[in-house]
Amino acid sequence: MSKPRVAIFDFACCEGCQLQIVNLEEEILDLLTLVTPVAWREAMTEQSESYDIAIVEGSITRPEDAERLKQIRARAGILVALGACATIGGLNKLKNNFELNEVRQCVYGAAGGSPHLNTAKTQALDEIVKVDLKIHGCPIDNREFAAIVRSLVMGKTPFIPSYPVCVECKKAGNICRYEYNEVCLGPLTRAGCGARCPSQGFWCFGCRGAADDPNVQAARDVMEYYHKTVADLQERLDLFGIRPEAGHG
Amino acid sequence: MAKTLSIKVHHVTRVEGHGNILLNLKAGRIEKIEWQVPEAPRFFEAMVRGRSWQDIQTIVSRICGICSVTHSLAALKAIEDAMGIAVSGQTDSLRILTHYMEFIESHVLHVGYLVAPDLLGQQSVVPLAASHPDLVKTIIALHRLGNEGMALLAGRMTHPVTLKPGGFARLPAEPELRALQAKLKEAVPRLVQVAEAVLALAGKLPDFRRATEYVALVEPGAYTFYHGRIGSSDLLGSVPVGQFESVVNEYVVPQSTAKWCKWHREAYAVGALARFNLNASNLRPLAKKTAAAFGLKPGVCNPFLNTVAQVVETVQVVEHSLELIDGLLEAGIKPEPIVAKARAGEGAAAVEAPRGILFHRYAFDDQGKCLKANLCIPTNQNHANIQKDFEAFVPQILDRPPDEIRLLLEMLVRSYDPCISCSTHCLNVEFV
Repeated sequence: MSKPRVAIFDFACCEGCQLQIVNLEEEILDLLTLVTPVAWREAMTEQSESYDIAIVEGSITRPEDAERLKQIRARAGILVALGACATIGGLNKLKNNFELNEVRQCVYGAAGGSPHLNTAKTQALDEIVKVDLKIHGCPIDNREFAAIVRSLVMGKTPFIPSYPVCVECKKAGNICRYEYNEVCLGPLTRAGCGARCPSQGFWCFGCRGAADDPNVQAARDVMEYYHKTVADLQERLDLFGIRPEAGHG
Repeated sequence: MAKTLSIKVHHVTRVEGHGNILLNLKAGRIEKIEWQVPEAPRFFEAMVRGRSWQDIQTIVSRICGICSVTHSLAALKAIEDAMGIAVSGQTDSLRILTHYMEFIESHVLHVGYLVAPDLLGQQSVVPLAASHPDLVKTIIALHRLGNEGMALLAGRMTHPVTLKPGGFARLPAEPELRALQAKLKEAVPRLVQVAEAVLALAGKLPDFRRATEYVALVEPGAYTFYHGRIGSSDLLGSVPVGQFESVVNEYVVPQSTAKWCKWHREAYAVGALARFNLNASNLRPLAKKTAAAFGLKPGVCNPFLNTVAQVVETVQVVEHSLELIDGLLEAGIKPEPIVAKARAGEGAAAVEAPRGILFHRYAFDDQGKCLKANLCIPTNQNHANIQKDFEAFVPQILDRPPDEIRLLLEMLVRSYDPCISCSTHCLNVEFV
């Protein structure tokens, strides 16, 4: 079997997820025995327009970018969304809380009306095209990335947890962040990170999006028990654009 | 020579973010030479409005994957300035140490993964693994060291979680710091090896000079990345950080979604070369020796040598990290619960990112909700200077074959280590 041709693309994002791929260091060389990279602007000069797997980082924030994404989708056998900006829209969705012309003026002043500063509502990739697989997180975990690439090459379905971060946080033996009078999104957020942030003394801010079928009532009970409000919870959920009850994110 | 030529480099590779180069020559005359930035703007200054002071760092670190620690630190310092929050000497030392780990990671990434392929005639670092295995192994070891240091101190390799207003969410244990110190000591001979490799190739860097203004943080007696005031090669004395808007003077140009800046001249440069030009006398001994080996002296104005200045700075931050860890271990790591509280106010901060000086300003209401933000990113401050370099450099290389002209222009852009996604969301010009 010939090696799958892989292309990496990016839209509006910080490119931190591609950096996690670079941070695999020597292991990249192992992965390169399994796939052939044909386009990766951040790391390579060579480019190609034909590929089996497209890995796409970033959210879509302009009409021309939506068109480019559709072209990538048309050329790719498998389309993988890389990181929170691509999987759920991520922090870029904070912009959607404001009126877009006002946002342009806020940042660019009177020049905000110029055509090249055009912007549209932030969208995750699957709001525009079919996404075959999501690699969650802000940034992604590069061990998970490597495991998912290996699964794809072997034709297997990668394991991506559907349960919330609290499961992994309990397993890690952490004291609950609510005991520190903090608002933590662990009860609602998809696991798979190993409860990295709570293990470092920081609350979960939901970068992996909502768990499948999150127990919203249980989260409400937690808020009540610790004398927090649903508004406190929603304020933090807004950071990565999570709407657990709407079923997206 | 009456040459007609059109070069369009759409999305320069091996840089962070999207930039284009446009060159049109007609009958030997330059009709157009442009550095364009078409990156999709992300509007961070607008997005942070209404967010809690406790979430600002989490948001703005996402401006940049490569300098997320620097953005977090700039935000924390500005928030602490706004709310009158003091931090301990231990927090200060640990923050600088965390910052240095990002410098190691970012500078090694740029020198080793992004620039070295140009100097060795390759398209990416991958073929170098076969042609120069020892050098690539050394580069990987240094890059990993920076990442491991950030994972220990910042909680993750990218987008820190331990850095909070007022202190650290998690403090490193003394044995962890000792282990990091041992690795930093091992890094010193590796750095010497990389410096020697770059020195052997330095002749391939074009001898192009253009006098410009250099802007960086300055602090008496220090090669500073974190504290100090704003200095310039065109200015005796310095400007307080709180007046950064009078330094950056941002403006919008049609060829860019990133704003441009100017101070005493039509353009200025920030980054390793600017810091070196202003602060070289305060380098640590081995860093000084490294600079001397390259013949790098203050007053240098060849932008291609920014990469060399990054090598010198990598040595500098490793040397200073060893001293900082000595100091921390001598005093012993003490638990310091964070007691910071929100209050209304406005504050500004400047921190050096690997690619140049970074400014953040925020205003908050009495609940700690962000009212306004103004962020000025280093790559923004370099865009106009890149354009001016193009205008001076192209006439000097017109007789070269088209592919070489294209490569040289790409190398010039890469030498600035641009972080374009960072630079495309800047600036509230009015900040009252």
